Amino acid sequence: MSSSPSLNTWSDALSGFSIGWFPLGLVIVAVIPLVFIALYALTYGVYGERKISAFMQDRIGPMEVGFWGILQTLADILKLLQKEDIVPTVADKFLFVIGPGILFVGSFLAFAVLPFGPAFIGADLNVGLFYAVGIVAIEVVGILAAGWGSNNKWALYGAIRSVAQIVSYEIPASIALLCAAMLAGTLSMQQITMMQAGPGGFLHWFLFTNPIAWLPFLIYFISSLAETNRAPFDIPEAESELVAGYFTEYSGMKFAVIFLAEYGSMFMVSAIISIAFLGGWTSPLPNIGGLELNTMTSGPVWGAFWIIMKGFFFIFVQMWLRWTLPRLRVDQLMYLCWKVLTPFSLVSFVLTAIWVINH
Amino acid sequence: MSEYFSNIKTSATTIATGMGITLKHFFNAVKRKGDAGIDDADYFRQVDGLCTLQYPKEAIPTPAHGRYRLYVNIDDCIGCMQCERACPVECITIETIKATSDDLAVCGKTSGGQQKRMWVPRFDIDTAKCMTCGICVSVCPTDCLYHTPVADFSEFDVKNMLYHFGNLSRIEAEAKKKKLAEQQAQAAKEKAAAGGAAKPGAPAAKPAPKPAPPVGGQAGAATGANTVSGIDF
Repeated sequence: MSSSPSLNTWSDALSGFSIGWFPLGLVIVAVIPLVFIALYALTYGVYGERKISAFMQDRIGPMEVGFWGILQTLADILKLLQKEDIVPTVADKFLFVIGPGILFVGSFLAFAVLPFGPAFIGADLNVGLFYAVGIVAIEVVGILAAGWGSNNKWALYGAIRSVAQIVSYEIPASIALLCAAMLAGTLSMQQITMMQAGPGGFLHWFLFTNPIAWLPFLIYFISSLAETNRAPFDIPEAESELVAGYFTEYSGMKFAVIFLAEYGSMFMVSAIISIAFLGGWTSPLPNIGGLELNTMTSGPVWGAFWIIMKGFFFIFVQMWLRWTLPRLRVDQLMYLCWKVLTPFSLVSFVLTAIWVINH
Repeated sequence: MSEYFSNIKTSATTIATGMGITLKHFFNAVKRKGDAGIDDADYFRQVDGLCTLQYPKEAIPTPAHGRYRLYVNIDDCIGCMQCERACPVECITIETIKATSDDLAVCGKTSGGQQKRMWVPRFDIDTAKCMTCGICVSVCPTDCLYHTPVADFSEFDVKNMLYHFGNLSRIEAEAKKKKLAEQQAQAAKEKAAAGGAAKPGAPAAKPAPKPAPPVGGQAGAATGANTVSGIDF
């Protein structure tokens, strides 16, 4: 860590930068995650998911546009841009239009507290983790606005299911994250990451320093799948029963924004689980004697690399699960949340508390 | 309570098994599954892997005995029109011109040795209509009409689905028609002249058409050895 600049130097310098009265730096700080989400959703999100799902099903996926179909998503976006932006006549136009916006803002706002390396974090709040958990709940409002505003039975069913699911799964997710907060003794995302940094690489991560941490880790991972409406918890969009769930009536760029929000929140929950249990931007490589692998792979740029790679790994696991498991029934969903995950998260909370007291 | 924990255990193990299977397929994606057909002995011993065929670029070859696009070998066609009559969807349209007696040598013989007596300036097969039932193939006396293994012959314009066959160009066909009409007119005139001039001439004139059947009979006998239904025409 000695070679890297002090915490948040780059983000502090950037937010202080202004031309005259115009705070250009603050705008750039906000734009960086936006560009990141767009690029990642374009490449890894859509193209990667199509390729990964294809390979898991012995297919080859998009092949025609560009080398191995790499430009397929760009072609799709051009198509979406040209499509007519239909607002149904019987829809509640205000809610219909504002729904995708709220949805996207909900997943985008959480990026403010994600530390992309030791030198860059949008806003190092002392309640960062709490803020991230809370702000994601805004997505529920967007989903409900989209589903209700569409004035369509499938959309409404999807929205109701989604709200019931997200609100339920917030509880085990929050308790699981609370375990990580207890281990770190802070709610600041940057501080939680700092607690897991060290010359031992992955040995300092909460997942490996604590004998119980695997339980809240698993619980949060399962709950985060439900919070992002990913399979096997994709009953809000359930193609085979609800057409497309809450975005049945959407077309053109509004549809694209909903997609972007989904991929944005996929990365967000993956980044949160990496920060809470897998050391965020810290390098997994340990220093072995004279071979200082950890020192070599630490620093602002390496930090961004590691957290993005950790996020991508969890997104890969999300995709992997999607093509493995069938969709849960509504009652099974509620059973899993209230009868399995919530009791186990409370147990892990108590056990973590005991462990923290004794260490 | 024990059921509760055994449920959790079952879920965990089955999810792990399922994820193992999908991951195996994911890593097998670097290989291509072989293209052995279901009737191959080692069909089940092929490696797992991608099984997509990118169709226009790659294709499983159609069997050599496949019956897809209809084709007529016009050199062997004797213009008997049986296929046109047999076709249930009327996808074959044939025009014929009778060959004049001095053209018979030019008109030639089929590969089976049968003398052709008709020019076939037009033999159109509308493959858009053809349903590959094969009835026309079974009635063809010279076996010149058959389905080929060519399976992909889609077109952007349906007009291109109409396949033209024929052994005469349009100009040649006009010439042959004219020649036949002239000869027929000549024959009619001669007949009229013969009929008007002398009645006794009639029996003498009669043997004239007769030589034809023996020729046909000979040809039929010759082809009979090679083709099954060559004699009937």
